[in-house]
Amino acid sequence: MIRFSKYIWLYFLLSALVLVPGMYSLIQFGLRPSLDFTGGTLLEYSTENRVSKDTIMTMAKDNGVEITEIIEGSSKNTTIRMKTTEEGTVTKFETALQENVGTSFTVLRKEIVGPVIGKELMSKAIVAALLAAFAILSYVAYAFKNIKFGISAVIALVHDVLIIFGTFSLFGHFMGVEVDALFVTAFLTTMSFSVHDTIVIFDRIREYRKRDQRMPLDELSDRALTETMGRSLVNSFTIVFMLLALVLMGGESIRWFSVALLIGTITGTYSSPFVATPILILWDRWEKRKKNL
Amino acid sequence: MFKNPKRLLLILVLFAIVAAVIDIPENFKFFSTTLNPPTFDFSLFGVKIQKKFTTHLGLDLAGGTQINLEADMKEIKAEDRASALESSRQVIERRVNFFGVSEPTVQSVKSGDAYRISVELPGVTDVNEALKLIGQTAKLEFREFTEDAYKNATAEAYLFPTLDNTVAVGITGKDLKNAGLTFSSQTGEPEVAITFTPEGGKKFADVTKRLLNKQLAIFLDDFPLTWPNVSTEITDGSAVISGSFTKESGKTLALQLNAGALPVPVSVVEQKTIGATLGESSVKKSIVAGLIGLSLVALFMILKYGWLGVLADLALVMYGLLTLALYRIIPITLTLPGIAGFILSIGMAVDSNILIFERYREEERKGKPWQIAMELGFGKAWDSIRDANFTTIITSIILFNPGNWNFLPTSGLVRGFASTLFIGVVISLFTGIVVTRTLVRVLYKPSKRKTV
Repeated sequence: MIRFSKYIWLYFLLSALVLVPGMYSLIQFGLRPSLDFTGGTLLEYSTENRVSKDTIMTMAKDNGVEITEIIEGSSKNTTIRMKTTEEGTVTKFETALQENVGTSFTVLRKEIVGPVIGKELMSKAIVAALLAAFAILSYVAYAFKNIKFGISAVIALVHDVLIIFGTFSLFGHFMGVEVDALFVTAFLTTMSFSVHDTIVIFDRIREYRKRDQRMPLDELSDRALTETMGRSLVNSFTIVFMLLALVLMGGESIRWFSVALLIGTITGTYSSPFVATPILILWDRWEKRKKNL
Repeated sequence: MFKNPKRLLLILVLFAIVAAVIDIPENFKFFSTTLNPPTFDFSLFGVKIQKKFTTHLGLDLAGGTQINLEADMKEIKAEDRASALESSRQVIERRVNFFGVSEPTVQSVKSGDAYRISVELPGVTDVNEALKLIGQTAKLEFREFTEDAYKNATAEAYLFPTLDNTVAVGITGKDLKNAGLTFSSQTGEPEVAITFTPEGGKKFADVTKRLLNKQLAIFLDDFPLTWPNVSTEITDGSAVISGSFTKESGKTLALQLNAGALPVPVSVVEQKTIGATLGESSVKKSIVAGLIGLSLVALFMILKYGWLGVLADLALVMYGLLTLALYRIIPITLTLPGIAGFILSIGMAVDSNILIFERYREEERKGKPWQIAMELGFGKAWDSIRDANFTTIITSIILFNPGNWNFLPTSGLVRGFASTLFIGVVISLFTGIVVTRTLVRVLYKPSKRKTV
């Protein structure tokens, strides 16, 4: 048996190392919403001699235009998607582009598009997530006949969701990664996975407790963690394989979606033995101390 | 009934065959013959049964049809145009969703001086009907009887409203915020509930106050729909139209009323086919990557659990067949978020097996004979499998928002994910427990070695 419960503060320190920068970034910089949420401008033009993507990017920067994607079409066409919707700014950028490209520059399409998904999608998804968290809390508390289990499982869940939001805020700030509609699904997936994993461990604790009522929770959970660690790792390996394949070989348009799921799987696996269970133990210790006073 | 595992296995094999037949890819070349999924088109006791089993893919994976609508802004002040376009977009989105097209994209587009709404529908099957629905505007009007009508009517005679014996009270479809199908709390009959805009609500309060104990007629497209007696003054800006609605006709009316609330007239300017929004090559690459990932999972199971792993993989194949068949039967529009739900539920299906096998090994280590150890493994793993999957089912139901509540997600995106997750978890419970167990009971014989 491994004495997992001896190193609780180490686990919390590890979590904090990821959580604190993420939370700081989330509060300070927020998330970078993609065109799905904000809408933007689509500029499609044809030209005899193409300008490199880097040149276009520099030009955009000089003119205060925020480009999200440059798609080089099969023939002489290039489509630029940008977040900027102000017509004056876009026109200025267009003129600069034309000067650089020369006379063959013809605008084929210039459209200001609205958002595909309302901003309320994110807030509604969060409301649904909170409601689901509450339902999960109630169910776990009922199934394990103890509110402590429910609350610990949900704290681990919140931990995982915050890690996803935090890391994507950092990605957004440092690498320009945007949060799109798929991200919403990724965080919901993480939520389900997180609880699933926690329950497997709690189930062991429940079983051992039934067998030996007097065994202290520290020892119960150490035994449960030792027994389930193999299964937890095996299970997340299978999902990690799948997602790694998608991250490394999958299409570009879903790369960050796969990354979000990958982070969710890792934190979801980590949080069950190293967040949910320690909270359960600490809570138990605290209660005992109160009783002894 | 299913005490005999061999008989159960036979039934499961039959199940798998039926699912596999439904799952046949379209125009599948099998040696020299071309196979297609079955189609049903026949009458059974006067009920027409028509079913074609094809996978419905979403806009992101397979593209679909794009319809561009141009809004006529002549009568709208320049500064109000953007908001008029946005509210039209919302109405159209609601209509398309209501119509049952899964996962549409409705987007406002401003191009020069033109204000457009772009509607993208996955697949191409319902385009004409969807067009009809988008183009249709219903004219809703509230009217009251004239003084003459009351004078001419005798006490017993039934007063039937027409355009001649009524006058408009000044409330029309423009005053509606939205309409929806509800059911009467007293009789359970279908009704159409309408909500007025704040301004419309005020007008409605005045009218109901003035017409207390008189009749107020509701006309749709110049035809009287219902003419209820005003029994109380209604000030909260909402009303219920009751009549002899069926569920269908009530739904249609609600739909038409929402249609009537379109702030600007729109017309179709373009209709074209579009490719996968995630990019064709990207989708292809991802499918290959997904298959490689799946094979790795299958291989891993075999390496870790030997013969048991092979059986678990067989159960997974069964899981895949059943899920895909259900997607085709329901049908479910498969999008990338939907596939995420599918992958997550594969993970959970594998997990059920891992839980059982790990328990089995534990029991075997304690020195129990393998058959008893296996049954114990199934029994002990069940508690955690049940609780873990049940929480996921709860989550998927909340995300799916079956009550259509406004504070929860109503967009296709989250719902698509929720429905595939729900189906996946339910089927994985079935394959993880019933299928694996039957396969193990009938086919598994442990090797001579003590550990598997």
